[in-house]
Amino acid sequence: MRAASRPPSPTLPHKGEGSALWTWLPIAAAIVLVAWLALVPLGFMLWQSVLSPETATAPARFTLDNYRTAYASADTARLLANSLQFALGSAALAFSLGTLLAWINERTDTPFKALFFALTLVPLIIPGILFTVSWIFLGSPKIGIVNLVLQRVFATDTVFINIYSIPGMIWVDGLHYSPMAFLLMTAAFRAMDPALEESAMMSGATLPRILWRVTIRLASPATAAALLILFVRALESFEVPALLGLPVGIEVYTSAIYDAIHAYPSEIGLASAYGVALLVITSLCVFLNLRIIGRGSRYATVTGKGFRPRVMRIGRWRYVTAAVFLIYVALVVVLPFLVLLWSSLQRFYSVPTLAALKNLTLDSYRTVLAYPAIGNAVWNSIVLALGSATLIMLATSVLCWIVVRTKLPGRALIDNLASLPLVFPGLVLGLAIMVCYLALPIGVYGTIWIMLIAYVTRFLPYGMRYNAASLLQVHKELEESAAMSGASLATTFGRIVLPLLKPGLIAGWIYIVIVSVRELASSILLYSSGTEVVSVTIWELWQNGQYVELSALGVMMILVLFCFVMLAEFFGRRFGVAEA
Amino acid sequence: MLSVKSLHTDYAAAGGAVVNAVQDVSFDVPDGELFTLLGPSGCGKTTTLRSIAGLERPRSGSIALDGRVVYSSDAGIFVAPNRRNFGMVFQSYAIWPHMNVFKNVAFPLEVRKARPSRKEIEQKVMRVLTTVQLAELVDRDATKLSGGQQQRLALARALVMEPQLLLLDEPLSNLDAKLREAMRFELKRMQRDLGLTTIYVTHDQSEALALSHEIAVMSEGRIVQIGSPRDIYERPRNKFVADFVGSTNFIGGRIASAAAGNGRCGVATALGELNVQCVEPLAKDMPVVISVRPEDVELFEAAPPREDGDNVCAGVVEAKVFLGDYLDFQVKVGDSVLLARVHPSLRTPVGHPIHVRMRAEKCVALAEPVAPRVAA
Repeated sequence: MRAASRPPSPTLPHKGEGSALWTWLPIAAAIVLVAWLALVPLGFMLWQSVLSPETATAPARFTLDNYRTAYASADTARLLANSLQFALGSAALAFSLGTLLAWINERTDTPFKALFFALTLVPLIIPGILFTVSWIFLGSPKIGIVNLVLQRVFATDTVFINIYSIPGMIWVDGLHYSPMAFLLMTAAFRAMDPALEESAMMSGATLPRILWRVTIRLASPATAAALLILFVRALESFEVPALLGLPVGIEVYTSAIYDAIHAYPSEIGLASAYGVALLVITSLCVFLNLRIIGRGSRYATVTGKGFRPRVMRIGRWRYVTAAVFLIYVALVVVLPFLVLLWSSLQRFYSVPTLAALKNLTLDSYRTVLAYPAIGNAVWNSIVLALGSATLIMLATSVLCWIVVRTKLPGRALIDNLASLPLVFPGLVLGLAIMVCYLALPIGVYGTIWIMLIAYVTRFLPYGMRYNAASLLQVHKELEESAAMSGASLATTFGRIVLPLLKPGLIAGWIYIVIVSVRELASSILLYSSGTEVVSVTIWELWQNGQYVELSALGVMMILVLFCFVMLAEFFGRRFGVAEA
Repeated sequence: MLSVKSLHTDYAAAGGAVVNAVQDVSFDVPDGELFTLLGPSGCGKTTTLRSIAGLERPRSGSIALDGRVVYSSDAGIFVAPNRRNFGMVFQSYAIWPHMNVFKNVAFPLEVRKARPSRKEIEQKVMRVLTTVQLAELVDRDATKLSGGQQQRLALARALVMEPQLLLLDEPLSNLDAKLREAMRFELKRMQRDLGLTTIYVTHDQSEALALSHEIAVMSEGRIVQIGSPRDIYERPRNKFVADFVGSTNFIGGRIASAAAGNGRCGVATALGELNVQCVEPLAKDMPVVISVRPEDVELFEAAPPREDGDNVCAGVVEAKVFLGDYLDFQVKVGDSVLLARVHPSLRTPVGHPIHVRMRAEKCVALAEPVAPRVAA
């Protein structure tokens, strides 16, 4: 029993060289795996960004032309301006809506709050591409129902709203991500001591003044963090710029990347140069965000303490706030879903009229269900979602355990590497992985495996977060007592750690399943014939103009996701799953 | 016999600094005895216990039980905690919330290399649950137990593996005062009945005095005194021990007459020359402190009978506090104030004169300044 070397961790059993190997091997494997997932594609993308396009006559060579085109051409300023305008606008809209709703929900006695709370979260399960398509049906200048209705009412042919514009893009994207702001700000409001607002009220301030002068200011670290997250998210947004911006020539970074790849000949180097720019901006924002959260502890008012929720009686204004909720729910849930439902029941897309009402048919559902490629895509989506969720949650439970429980050198590295994909926009990650496995001849490119790799990489940080949160709740002595009882490390992990992590594991698993099914930005660059997923199929149906089939597929997808969430909620409540 | 030799354990603190949690700790525990590590928080007692358990990896030293070496820096031996077969009760009890009472206790048997049969496991679990009086709660969820029951469950889980050594990390600190008292006797009875060699960690001196065969008082990572409870209480080797184990009066002074054959010496103090007990040889003129327990400061309204060696002086009652079964008096003698713990029948009002008697064998002279000492 000679100890080969001295492990720095007291919790790792160490007996003889054989078990030392078994202790070190998984840890080394974990670092290699995480580094492979997070760093290698990034390296390939950087390398690609300094190469000229390879053609039949000329091999790729080193060049800075890509960067010159990306940053020093006449389009540079326009691209940057568009991106910033879109991302800032979308973040501001989502934030204002989310904050208003969170405040109404947390601080006022508006009726039916529980129901509104649940309905507000529904857009989170609607894939971005479906939400965008449904708003095209509503707001397009030619076929948009809103325009047609208004035109009939006022007997004119003025275009009232044009969704194909920067304000239109901001409207759709901001609306779609307002639930995210809602959740972030709800958490902030819950962590705030209501006595601070009450004292403002005792000083004679009116309600809007309290909201503006006290509540929002107190929540300022949370506000800044939320704004940054929303800004980064909007920068990464692909569906809205692609469907609403590209047709009228409004390009942002994500759509520029997509355009460059789909140009002929494909300009992967230029796309990579754009990707680098996007990555730099998002990394800066995420870094800034960490700084803000780190400093947040200065604001002693916003502690982790659970304050008793304090509700203001707002009298007759209750009806106004309820109306705000109703309008909001109509805009983000009811109208988009109804317009999809309507068009799915038509033979050809047409606006709702009495005449069209006679043509209602379920044909499109029959077509969709009978279409073998769609069945295949559904199967792919299910396999990828379940596979990536399971893989991520199990792998990150081990990674998190190493990070949280041991004192191994390199544990911080694992943590940082595994969180790195947070700064990758989906499209950039897809691009990096595409470039990487195109260059590495290991037979992954063009198979479903490359998409699994992309999903696992992209959602790895969520797994880390869910597992870290629940692991920190598990008292260390629960594991030590297993060791004292004679259990090996593996037994302890399987019989004590994993069962205790179960609530977090399940909650994270459900979340990753949902975001995987919605995923489009990475998949769109990585799929090939036979490995389409549902979101890609919807994209293709849109490009082919098969609107009714698209709507039928979309309606079914939303219903299935909705049922999945309801089931998850039901089981979660039964087995005590901690709320996500 | 458990034998710990010159154990050093350190660990990296949050800031990256190395903390010398345990320094040069050595002691032996004979079979079947209960040995207590006593000290304030941060003194290294829990780290010592965790080093014995194998949950901390010492820097140097050796730990052996009945000749079986579980750790030795010289021989390069470190036996993993799960292979030591030491039972341990944690401060938080560490009851697994996802298992019921039976499964918690059965776990150590189930994870054995040579796993006993199902029937055997059941017999053993039920036997140990009966011992700790939890047999009727065998199917209950572990989370639905009271504090006292959880503590007994943790003990049952440690006992079921028939450990060679039982390690208890402040097992009573999470219980309320009444229950703690009851569990103290229970624990003592069980340990004596089973004859299990036990290491007990606590910061509560009364617990240590009540339970132990032997006590090691620790301070700043070192053992400052090892001895029987009576030794520790009556003949503290230095000021720290005297102060930490029970409350005490300290009287500063110098040796006026060196020790005679009976271990007595005279000390010149602000109260006059006192006859005191010297535990170790002290030379003339050495600065010392005299430690006298409050219950050994006797008070009399009339001048008390004075036997050979008794110290008697006159003072004034400065303050008193009624504490139920006893009364604390602060008596001013000259410029110093003595704390006396007396029977509540003494009713001398504040401001009245009073006589103080301290018997020589109850006054212990301690060398000053106190150098940290390592017990043999």
